[in-house]
Amino acid sequence: MSAAPDLIFRSLADPTRRAIFERLCREGERTVAALTAQAGVSQPVVSKHLGILKQAGLVRDRHEGRNTHYSAQPGALAPLVDWTGQMAGFWESRVDDLEDLLRRMDQ
Amino acid sequence: MITPENEAGMRSVVVEREIAFPPEKLWRALTQPHLIEEWLMKTDFQPVPGQRFQLRRNPTPEVSIVVDCEVLEVEPNKTLSYTWNAFDLESVVTFTLTPTPTGTLLRIEQSGFGPHQKAALKGANASWPHFLSALEELLKRSAD
Repeated sequence: MSAAPDLIFRSLADPTRRAIFERLCREGERTVAALTAQAGVSQPVVSKHLGILKQAGLVRDRHEGRNTHYSAQPGALAPLVDWTGQMAGFWESRVDDLEDLLRRMDQ
Repeated sequence: MITPENEAGMRSVVVEREIAFPPEKLWRALTQPHLIEEWLMKTDFQPVPGQRFQLRRNPTPEVSIVVDCEVLEVEPNKTLSYTWNAFDLESVVTFTLTPTPTGTLLRIEQSGFGPHQKAALKGANASWPHFLSALEELLKRSAD
């Protein structure tokens, strides 16, 4: 696994961070204060989580006055969801089972 | 074999296998629900174009995989294709059967949009949280 997917996996392994990321995916851009109101942890903790998500390329920040707005970058997950590799392995193993079935079937 | 992306952002997976049985027998395994279940997934498939059906699998009690499908093409003993939509993947699976002197050449091609094309089209859409739940299960299993 290359460095980038590894960083993404580690960022999303934490449930609080994952909840923040999912919320930004669903609701669009939010300020740190708005995210803190629902995160169940303090603002510095939310900021720390956002920093880690940002490092992994999963969120982007935008400064406006005294507020920092965060938005999700779901495209950053693309390296994890290259479905072609997964599906190639999937079909190879399904065809193995298909051949087993054909050997057991009546003519 | 994995084909490179074409201009429309379509990618595909092709699996080919020489099967030591005639196309007619292989066709039954591809189209009869009680047989499909034995090699692929549980299903309410019917070989009728336009028919919607699902493929379901529970690899572990907590994980449920559901694929939404619609039959596109049915040409007995030759071609079967249906849509294959799961998580963020919208794709089409086509089975092609070609008789050979010793049996059948089975070709399975799955083609569809890559996740980033779809993400670009729809923005941060609601299917990502579903994907993440699946990812979470995957992480749990790989941690064992």
